[in-house]
Amino acid sequence: MRTALALAAAALALASGGAAWAAEPRASLPDIEDEVMCLECGTALNLSNAPVAERERAFIRREIKRGRTKEQIKDALVDRFGPAVLALPDDEGFGLAAYLVPIVVALLAAAGVVIAARRWRRPPRPGAATPSLDPSDEHRLERELRAYDRGLPSHDGPPG
Amino acid sequence: MAVIAAAAALVVLLAYGVASQGRDTSIDEAISRGERIEAPDESLPVLGGPGESSLADYRGEVVVLNFWASWCPPCIDELPLLERTQRRIESRGGTVLGVNYKDLPEDALEFSRRFRLSYPNLRDRDGEYAEEFATLGFPETFVVDRRGRIAASRRGPVDQSWLDNTLPPLLAEGA
Repeated sequence: MRTALALAAAALALASGGAAWAAEPRASLPDIEDEVMCLECGTALNLSNAPVAERERAFIRREIKRGRTKEQIKDALVDRFGPAVLALPDDEGFGLAAYLVPIVVALLAAAGVVIAARRWRRPPRPGAATPSLDPSDEHRLERELRAYDRGLPSHDGPPG
Repeated sequence: MAVIAAAAALVVLLAYGVASQGRDTSIDEAISRGERIEAPDESLPVLGGPGESSLADYRGEVVVLNFWASWCPPCIDELPLLERTQRRIESRGGTVLGVNYKDLPEDALEFSRRFRLSYPNLRDRDGEYAEEFATLGFPETFVVDRRGRIAASRRGPVDQSWLDNTLPPLLAEGA
């Protein structure tokens, strides 16, 4: 009986703990302000004191008091002001560059890595590492090597 | 080759972006030349009511199209004048049509009730429709003739004398 009660208590504790983990943190004005635009000024809400920004802030405060989560408040703002109220670049015109540039840069970087890796892994072509000498140098080299093999210094001086 | 194509695409996009930042002045230029150009039209939700409406629904009437927001003091100041104008022109084939934008509908409705506005108001949530008129600020008013063309504009608050000078000739025109 005691074991059954202990198991039940443990299950209850786990269930309540799980519920606490699942609950969203309470929304706050500073957390939302930097993700929302002041519609008239074109800056983030936390950077503006324009009249429309004050109205937006008042609306966010009201929604926080009503116990709304951050996402619910952002949805309510979009419902009233449209998607432009979220601090995201436009998905058309000039704003499109904000999405495209990082993708293009990432693709170019990946292509660069692939090209560099291929070059490093490629075996050297035969003869490519030993460029041919001009005839006078080749002649001198042969002479000095022969002198070295004989253990005698060449007439140009000692080897080394 | 792919790198060059990507770089060229980016340059084109940047050039387009820079070019598109400029304000469209075609409405003001047409009015200054004495010409009338077709007013932009878009279906918008009715403020505080069901359904949608647009400028096209008022074709055949002279429309005083007023862009406003409840947080803008000059917009609020001119609401009584616009309501008086509505009462003067509605029997002569004219109407005021408010377009509330970048505003909370709850706040806009509160002002609409406070000033007992009898004229219709639409909601342009983020101001996309207002942008088609190249609006610069709040409030702005455009007078649209019976054929749906912009005949006059006021970038700033309207006053009685501007309305008295602008509306009678347009109201006298046939459709």
